[in-house]
Amino acid sequence: MEAGLEQKYNLAVVRWFAVMAVVYLVVGATVGVFIASQLAWPALNFDSPYLSFGRLRPLHTNAVIFAFGGCTLMATAFYSVQRTCGARLWSDRLAWFTFWGWNLVILLAVITLPLGLTQSKEYAELEWPIDILIAVVWLAFTINFIMTIANRKSSHIYVSNWFFLGMMVMITYLHVVNSLAVPVGLFKSYSLFSGVQDAMIQWWWGHNAVGFYLTAGFLGIMYYFVPKQANRPVYSYRLSVLHFWALMFGYVWLGAHHLQYTALPDWTGSLGAAISLAMIIPSWGGAVNGMMTLSGAWDKLRTDYVLRFLIIAIAFYAMSTFEGPVMALKTVNALSHYTDWTIGHVHSGALGWVAGVSIGAIYHLMMRLWYTEIYSMKLVALHFWTATIGTLVYIVSMWVSGISQGLMWRAYDEYGTLAYTFVESVDAMQPYYVMRVIGGIIFLFGAVAMLFNVVMTVRKSLADGGLERARAVPAAA
Amino acid sequence: MTRDTQPKGLQDRMERNIWRLLIVLAIVLSIGGLVEIVPLFYLKSVLEHNRVPEIVWNHAAPGTTPIVEVDDAGGRRWNWRPGDGIRPYTALELAGRDVYQREGCYLCHSQMVRPFRDERERYGHYSLASESLYDHPFQWGSKRTGPDLARVGGKYSDDWQREHLLEPRALVPESVMPSYGWLEERYVSARRIQRHMRGLRAIGVPYHDVDIAIAPQLVDGKTELDALVAYLQVLGTMATLDDATVYRE
Repeated sequence: MEAGLEQKYNLAVVRWFAVMAVVYLVVGATVGVFIASQLAWPALNFDSPYLSFGRLRPLHTNAVIFAFGGCTLMATAFYSVQRTCGARLWSDRLAWFTFWGWNLVILLAVITLPLGLTQSKEYAELEWPIDILIAVVWLAFTINFIMTIANRKSSHIYVSNWFFLGMMVMITYLHVVNSLAVPVGLFKSYSLFSGVQDAMIQWWWGHNAVGFYLTAGFLGIMYYFVPKQANRPVYSYRLSVLHFWALMFGYVWLGAHHLQYTALPDWTGSLGAAISLAMIIPSWGGAVNGMMTLSGAWDKLRTDYVLRFLIIAIAFYAMSTFEGPVMALKTVNALSHYTDWTIGHVHSGALGWVAGVSIGAIYHLMMRLWYTEIYSMKLVALHFWTATIGTLVYIVSMWVSGISQGLMWRAYDEYGTLAYTFVESVDAMQPYYVMRVIGGIIFLFGAVAMLFNVVMTVRKSLADGGLERARAVPAAA
Repeated sequence: MTRDTQPKGLQDRMERNIWRLLIVLAIVLSIGGLVEIVPLFYLKSVLEHNRVPEIVWNHAAPGTTPIVEVDDAGGRRWNWRPGDGIRPYTALELAGRDVYQREGCYLCHSQMVRPFRDERERYGHYSLASESLYDHPFQWGSKRTGPDLARVGGKYSDDWQREHLLEPRALVPESVMPSYGWLEERYVSARRIQRHMRGLRAIGVPYHDVDIAIAPQLVDGKTELDALVAYLQVLGTMATLDDATVYRE
């Protein structure tokens, strides 16, 4: 490590975000395993309002997207923007405000969602006072990021920062518009929009929470951490320019594919489907660019489990960005919509891609920011295999259950009447719901191993004094 | 700082100037949303009642007639009957809808019948956009862990619905729905529901003064369970839809 980093950059806030991300990964996955178990064994709702599926499901989605995903994005964005710009964060105070503010949002979510305080818009459930807090913290994050780039020592803005920037601008648009509501109580409001317009705005938000928060932001992570961990330059600059602008322009249109064959006008759904199909190109452009960064260094995959996490994440990204456009095709969507297939698709993205690239980046940060080796590389290897196998078990069970549901609902018998009642399809899903729980537990086991590994690495760093020594080095003149 | 001084093309300029990059991004990112969302607010073809006005109750002058009135003796006189057309929810139904939102019912039940033969036979006529005209927010849902509820109104008796909400597996053994016992112990607050109705009226739901004024009488002594059942029983029953009419192109 070069000396003086601790003095030159604000790395303390990065450390805190990184550790909290791992804590929230365990929390989010635990709630996920619990609600998955409720669908397999409904007695686990315990007849309690605070533990019922309908209230805990938003807690699960918010915990993984905003708590785990958010802390990861903030850790990696704050780290990589400083390193690529050669400049300290514009404002330390704003950075710490972002840390405490974001964690306050998460704490409020943990309290209000089980109480049933919700706007009932998916992934935008938090009520209006928390929405305002989110907007303020998000802007603090964004402004700090932009001003750090404005203060940069390098001539050009590095590609990872374009992606983070695209995410920040788009999420600001989406969050503000989708959360517009009239408050009718301290924790109750009604969306400003109704019916069909509200549906389109919700899925414009819903799909772009995926497209910008969970894709553009994590592509930013990929563009910084894959080259760093592999010690190779990004494969193609040209490709990154092309797929960046195609992604920024195109992703915004995809929300409409969530509403095909609904009361949304046909043209809107078809437009969403057409652009969804075209999005394979920029998505795979990104995947190729990330994957090929390893060209000439493929042998590293044999020994480097952190790099393996990053690369398997890109493989999952390529898979789910192929699956997505297929599911957006109207004929496929007619079958897949409303089924578990969608849930499987989300998790191949969330567990395979988002969690994979995050975990890789966080292990990378552990070594850099605590000035020591990871406590146990064997545990990282164990985590790699549990995460991969858990994710596969999860998505395979959801493919089977989703396609079965779709086929059962539309099946006719020889007399031309519906072959199955709805509840027969529910009953038929039981084995797959159990299988999903098993996949989730395997994934969660790996996440717990990671948390243990992270805690032990921090303790190791404190014991051998690596961090202390780094802090003690006087700033370079 | 700049090593090579001559910028080459727009991309290079943007990579050298954060503000330029930011402005171009802000424009590029807004296009898709503008094209897909803005027309939905003004294109007449989006809402079917622009073509078939009678599916909305009191369509000539919404909000000029109370949905239901209560006389001095406490008797109810309905100005609206099932099938008369889409209307705002009564105080009791709205309280039920609040419960529906609070418990996250939309996470497992859709309220959007698609125009397919199997859905028609299972659930009924395909859903219209106008049917969620007064739904702030919409409750179309995205998942059917349980069946669609867009037309569940009147399919089961009130007693069946109550019992099913309290103990789903007593009636449907294979069900994975949670039991909602606590709804029976909580009462609807009249003042709160009036506040909610005023809020909705402020954003365009055509409530008559009387609709709001009589809310206390409508919800008096009612539990959240009563309210939720009232909401479920009105779903899909407001407008009379027939196969002969073309609602959508």
